[in-house]
Amino acid sequence: MMELFSPFYQELFAALNRGFLMSVALILPSAVGGICIGIAIGSVRVYTRPLFRRLGDAYAALFRGTPLVVQLFILYFGLPNIGLYLSPYAAAVIGFILCSGAYQSEYVRGALLSIRRGQYLGAYALGLTSWQTISSIVIPQAIRRALYGCGNEVIYLIKYSSLAYVVTCMELTGEGKTIATEYFRFTEVFTVIGLYYLGLVTLAMMGLKKLEQLLYIPGFGRQ
Amino acid sequence: MTITMPPILQVENLYKSFDNTAILKGVSLRLHQGEIKVLIGPSGSGKSTLLQCINCLVQPDRGEILLDGTAVDRTSKTSLCRLRQEVGMIFQDFNLFDHLTALNNIIIPLRKVKKICRREAEKRARLELEQVGLADKTELYPAQLSGGQKQRVAMARALAMDPKALLLDEPTSALDPELIGEVIAVIKNLAARGMTMLMATHQISLIATLADEILFMEQGSIVEHGSPSVLLAPGSNSKSQGFCDRLNELSDGRE
Amino acid sequence: MQSSISIVIDALPYLLSGFFNTAAIVLMAMFLGLLLGIGIAVGLVYGGRMLRFLLGLYVWFFRGVPVLVLLFLFYFGLFPYLHLPINALVSVSVVLGMTTGAYQANIFKGAIIALPRGQFNAASALGMSTFQAIRTIILPQALRHSIPAWSNEYSIILKDSALAFVIGAPEIMARTQFVASRTYQHLSLYIVAGLLYFLLTWLGVTSLRYLEQKVKIPGYSHHGMR
Repeated sequence: MMELFSPFYQELFAALNRGFLMSVALILPSAVGGICIGIAIGSVRVYTRPLFRRLGDAYAALFRGTPLVVQLFILYFGLPNIGLYLSPYAAAVIGFILCSGAYQSEYVRGALLSIRRGQYLGAYALGLTSWQTISSIVIPQAIRRALYGCGNEVIYLIKYSSLAYVVTCMELTGEGKTIATEYFRFTEVFTVIGLYYLGLVTLAMMGLKKLEQLLYIPGFGRQ
Repeated sequence: MTITMPPILQVENLYKSFDNTAILKGVSLRLHQGEIKVLIGPSGSGKSTLLQCINCLVQPDRGEILLDGTAVDRTSKTSLCRLRQEVGMIFQDFNLFDHLTALNNIIIPLRKVKKICRREAEKRARLELEQVGLADKTELYPAQLSGGQKQRVAMARALAMDPKALLLDEPTSALDPELIGEVIAVIKNLAARGMTMLMATHQISLIATLADEILFMEQGSIVEHGSPSVLLAPGSNSKSQGFCDRLNELSDGRE
Repeated sequence: MQSSISIVIDALPYLLSGFFNTAAIVLMAMFLGLLLGIGIAVGLVYGGRMLRFLLGLYVWFFRGVPVLVLLFLFYFGLFPYLHLPINALVSVSVVLGMTTGAYQANIFKGAIIALPRGQFNAASALGMSTFQAIRTIILPQALRHSIPAWSNEYSIILKDSALAFVIGAPEIMARTQFVASRTYQHLSLYIVAGLLYFLLTWLGVTSLRYLEQKVKIPGYSHHGMR
């Protein structure tokens, strides 16, 4: 137990707490931005004319078909080749938003497509306008259909925020790596880091479950 | 009923085709206050498309739709919404909003379309559900209702809008045989209250007892029309009679 | 100064050797994940309470910790601590295999649960043991239904394998990084790396779709079951 008060552990927890705050500062805007892009692109991929639809499909295929590391490297190390310089934080957040937006758009698209034609017919037949149909029928249904996928994507994002390390943004993993290398105690350090992420992910999973219960409607679940 | 009154709903020369296949080839009909007309005919004859064209859920290619003697401007969204508000529609597969309770299914159009305040809308919705015998099901979601109950909620929802006429697209076709009766009872009750209706159905009891006029559709046109007493009279040799005889054989075989 | 195109062309053979190493990592990882996944799934469905708890813990851990952290933990921490003499390439395959094993377990578990209960009962009624029933009746059906989700898992592991460069495994990213740091043509080289991954995704997904068609049982679809 005394070990926990050794300089190693004191330094470790100071660094990890600093890194943790950075991780949260990466995750929150990326999650929100990813969902916004996902909703926008997802809607484009369902409702607009074929040209825009295909462009949206291409965006999603591109960002889902290549590793996030490659995308981050292009943003951080590649763009300077054409005179564009991003800070590590900016490169990480932009990369996370673009990548997670592509995945989110997939869930949004699926949710919108899963709404049966009859729901629109029923609404129009009662005299609802297009906008009223979207706001009172389509959106409430789509949110429930997309919730599970979108929520899981945020959980993925929590884990993949560790990739900010590869573009030298000092978050949880990066801070920990520094200490681990300095003291050469990888097992302890990365076990503790693992527990931080486990805690975050478990919390997010519980939150998602709670939200699902809150929005639960009999006979109307995930796809 | 005076002749000088314009029909509530008038359809003139409606044409519609999908992918170069003509579904409606110049259909005309008039529906006066309190009249009940029944559309029959083989499947694929265009009954469903006709009904959906009348309230423009499917845009007709050509033709006129007149409401109370005034032609509906199909390019204007407001006049389309007004048309749909005044002409209710009952679907074969109900089309209840899956994420709303029976009560809220009725409240939402009252609030959004008729701009009625929440309390008034709820009062009205409860009243309508009571009328169709579902006063105890108000808080249930569509997935928790039987087919017959769903169709009754759909009818309550349409009626709450105070439509001038009701279009019914095979309202009992998606129901299990033992559930058809409860929907038929509601329709008969509506007829007794003088509701103007245009209904596509294969239900002999509705055709024979309720119809003021039978419209027999075949390949996109109304090829025969007249009162049931004439068309269905023994030995009339009408297409309608032949069709109803076949329906009778089918249902006799089943029951 | 060399143009970026000629640099990319010169580097291509070197990048391609990384391409094959990436393919090897992913194949090994998916195979290990398959074995682990099937075992864990069967344990989660048919096992006793204690076994289910332990397997649940395994799944929870590997689904909750980032791959990057797992790579550091195992390659620099646990493997040396246990004196396991394995190189970076094998280490990556093992770590990715254990991770995808947790995800695949969930896929197979879902597929097993979705099978009608009658399948198991019928097998038992014919005198099969539990093990025989699982092996000859349950798994052949469950695995077929799992192919689409498995194909998804393949593309996830392929992309995760791009992290292997942090521990020096000689795959696409490591090779690209090596060339880029010497030629300063980061943009074009990483775009080429992206294309190589895209190609591998396409190859894998296409062959799995072919496999799905190949092992399809006529008149038997899992969509009808729900």
